[in-house]
Amino acid sequence: MHTLYNFVSGPLAWLAFIVFIGGSIYKIVTMARLAKKKDSAVYEYWDTGFALRSIAHWSIPFATVNWRKNPIMTLVTFAFHISLIAVPLFLCAHALLWKEVFDINWWYIPDGMADVMTLIVIGACFYFAGRRILRPDVKYLTSTSDYLLLLMVVMPFFTGFWAYHQWPGYRMMFILHMLSGEFVLAAIPFTRLSHMLYAVFTRGYIGSEFGAVRHAKDW
Amino acid sequence: MGEPASKIEVKNIKDIGLDEGVARLTPEKIETVVNDVIDNETGARLKVYVDTCVHCGLCSEACHYYLSNDKNPIFAPAAKVKQTLWEIVEKKGKVSPAFIRRAAELCYTECNLCRRCAMYCPFGIDVAYMMLIMRRICHKLGVTPQYIQDTAHSHSATMNQMWVKEDEWIDTLFWQEEEAGEEVENLRIPLEKEGADVMYSVIGPEPKFRAQLIYQAAVIMNAAGVDWTMPATPGWDNSDMAMYTGDNEMMARLKKEHFETAMRLKVKRIVMGECGHAFRSVYDMGNRALGWKMPPVEMVHALEFYYELFKADRIKIKHKFDKPVTLHDPCNVIRGRGLHEMARYVVNKTCATFIEMTPNREHNYCCCAGGGVINCGPPFRDKRVVSNRVKADQLSAVKKKGVEVCIAPCHNCHGGLEDIIHHYHLGLELKFLGDIIYEIMEKPE
Repeated sequence: MHTLYNFVSGPLAWLAFIVFIGGSIYKIVTMARLAKKKDSAVYEYWDTGFALRSIAHWSIPFATVNWRKNPIMTLVTFAFHISLIAVPLFLCAHALLWKEVFDINWWYIPDGMADVMTLIVIGACFYFAGRRILRPDVKYLTSTSDYLLLLMVVMPFFTGFWAYHQWPGYRMMFILHMLSGEFVLAAIPFTRLSHMLYAVFTRGYIGSEFGAVRHAKDW
Repeated sequence: MGEPASKIEVKNIKDIGLDEGVARLTPEKIETVVNDVIDNETGARLKVYVDTCVHCGLCSEACHYYLSNDKNPIFAPAAKVKQTLWEIVEKKGKVSPAFIRRAAELCYTECNLCRRCAMYCPFGIDVAYMMLIMRRICHKLGVTPQYIQDTAHSHSATMNQMWVKEDEWIDTLFWQEEEAGEEVENLRIPLEKEGADVMYSVIGPEPKFRAQLIYQAAVIMNAAGVDWTMPATPGWDNSDMAMYTGDNEMMARLKKEHFETAMRLKVKRIVMGECGHAFRSVYDMGNRALGWKMPPVEMVHALEFYYELFKADRIKIKHKFDKPVTLHDPCNVIRGRGLHEMARYVVNKTCATFIEMTPNREHNYCCCAGGGVINCGPPFRDKRVVSNRVKADQLSAVKKKGVEVCIAPCHNCHGGLEDIIHHYHLGLELKFLGDIIYEIMEKPE
C-alpha cells in the first residue's frame, strides 16, 4: 500500500502534471500554427475587444438569451464549473500540498464549503447524465464517450469525498482519488475536456466576427 | 380548405441532381475527395469545433427546423454536424454513397446557414461554417440538388443567376426607364456613367421576374438626387448561388467581376437592392475568397441606403403607409451586418403602425428559404415550408394584433415567406421596404 501510495503521489502525479501542462501547450501551439497556415481568417478578424465582450456575456449566468432560456441548466453548469475548478485548487488539503511541495502559500476554502461544492459537482454530473438519457435531442448527440467523460470527471470528487470523511476503505479510496485526479488532468488536452483550452478561442473568434464584421450581438 | 400539412417525410426526397450524382460515386472517390477537402481546405477551426462540442444540445432550440418539426432530434444543429462531418472526420472519409446522399440532402435543404445557432452555443461553434464544408465536399463529389446547380451553371455561363443575356439586361433597363419616364418626366437609369457616386447592383431575378423593383429604385434615386449608375456589362448581378453549392472558385470569379465592374466605373460605393444572400456573398464570403478582408469597394445594403436617405431628409413622404406592418429581419443583413435598428428607423419613418414579431433583431427566425434552400426548388418546397411553422406562428401572432403587411427586405425571405403565408393561410400582404417607400414618397412630376 505504501509503495503504491508513494508511486501515485510521487512520480505519477508529476507525470500527470507534465502531460497536462505539456499537452495543453502542445495542443494550443499546434492549433495556433495550423490556424495561421490554414485559417488565416481567425487572426485577421480577431478583435480582442469584441472577443472579450462576447466571453464576458457568456461567463455571466443569465446574461445571454440562451442562458435565460435554460435556467436550470445554467445554474447547474455554472455551479458545476466553478466548483470543479475551485475545489481542486483551493481545498485546504491541496493548499497544504502546494505549501509542502513548492513552498507556495495558497488560498484555501473552508472544508465545509469544499464539501458542498464537491456534492455540487457530483450532483451536476448526475444531472448531465440524466439530461443525456431523458432529453431526446441530447440523447441523439450522446455516445458512450460522453458518459465516460462524466465518469472520469466525477471519480476524483466521489473518491475524495469518501476519503475525506474516512468512510470504510478510505485508504484505498484515497489512492483511487489521486489516481483518478491524475487521469482526468492528463486527459484534458486529449479528450473533449479540451473545451477547457479552446472555449476562449472559439467564443472569442465568433465574438470578433459578430462584433467587428457583422456589427451584431452574439448572445 | 383543409388544415395545412404540418408533418413531412423528410428523408430521401427524389432529386435528379442528388440521385444521379450519388449513383456515380464509389467509396474510393468519396475518400479521395473528402480527404482532399479536409486536408487542404480546412484546418484548426474544423478540428477545434469538432473537439470542443460537448454534445450538450444547448443549440437545439436555436433552430427553426428543430422547433417546427416537433423537436425532432435530427434537426438540432449539432445533430446536423453529427450526421455529416463528425462521421466523416472520424472515419477519415471512409463513408458510403448512401451516407453522402443523406449528408447532401441535409446540408443543402435542412440548414439555411442562418447562423442563429452560433448565438446559442456557449462556445460559439459555427455550425453554418461546417455545413458549408459539407456542401464543398458535395460540390466536389458532383452531388448537388438539380435546381440550385442550374443557377450555379447560369453563373458560370453568363455571370448572372438567371441566364440573362447582355442585350436582355440592357433592354430591361431601357424598358424600365421608359415605363418610369411616363410617371416621372426625364427620369433616367444612367448606364455606364463613369465616376458616379453609386453603382446600383441587383440580383439576377430582378430583371427576370421583378423588373418593377428596378423601376422603383430608379424613382427613389431620382427623387433623392443620387448620382448613380448601373453597369451595362456582366458584373451587374451581385447574387451568388455558387457560394451555396460549394463552388468557391465560381463564387470568387463572380465577386471579382462585380468589384471590377465598380472599379472600372470608378464609383465611390456599390449600393445593392434588398437581398440578403447577395450581401453575404459580397460583404462576407466572396471578398474573403478573393483575399479581401473587407470588400475593396464600399458595399451598402438597401436598408442602410434608405436609412441614410431618410436621415438626411432626401426623401419626402406624402403620408405614412397606413396599413399596420410588421418587419421580418433577414439573417444575412441582421446577424450578418447589424442593420436591424436602421431598418426600424426607416419603417417608423414610413409606416403609421409597426408591430414587432418576437423574437426579433439578431434572434429572429430565418425565413427557411435562405442559404440556397429555396433555390433547391420544388422537390424540397414542402419540407422548407413545414420546417418553418415557428415563422408561421410568429406571423399569425402579429396578424391577430392587426398586422396586414409583412415587410421582408430580402428576396429569398420574400420567396420563403410567400410560401409560408400561402401554406398556412395567413392572408398577409408581403412587401419590400422599397415598395412602401415608392408608394408613399413625393415624386417629382
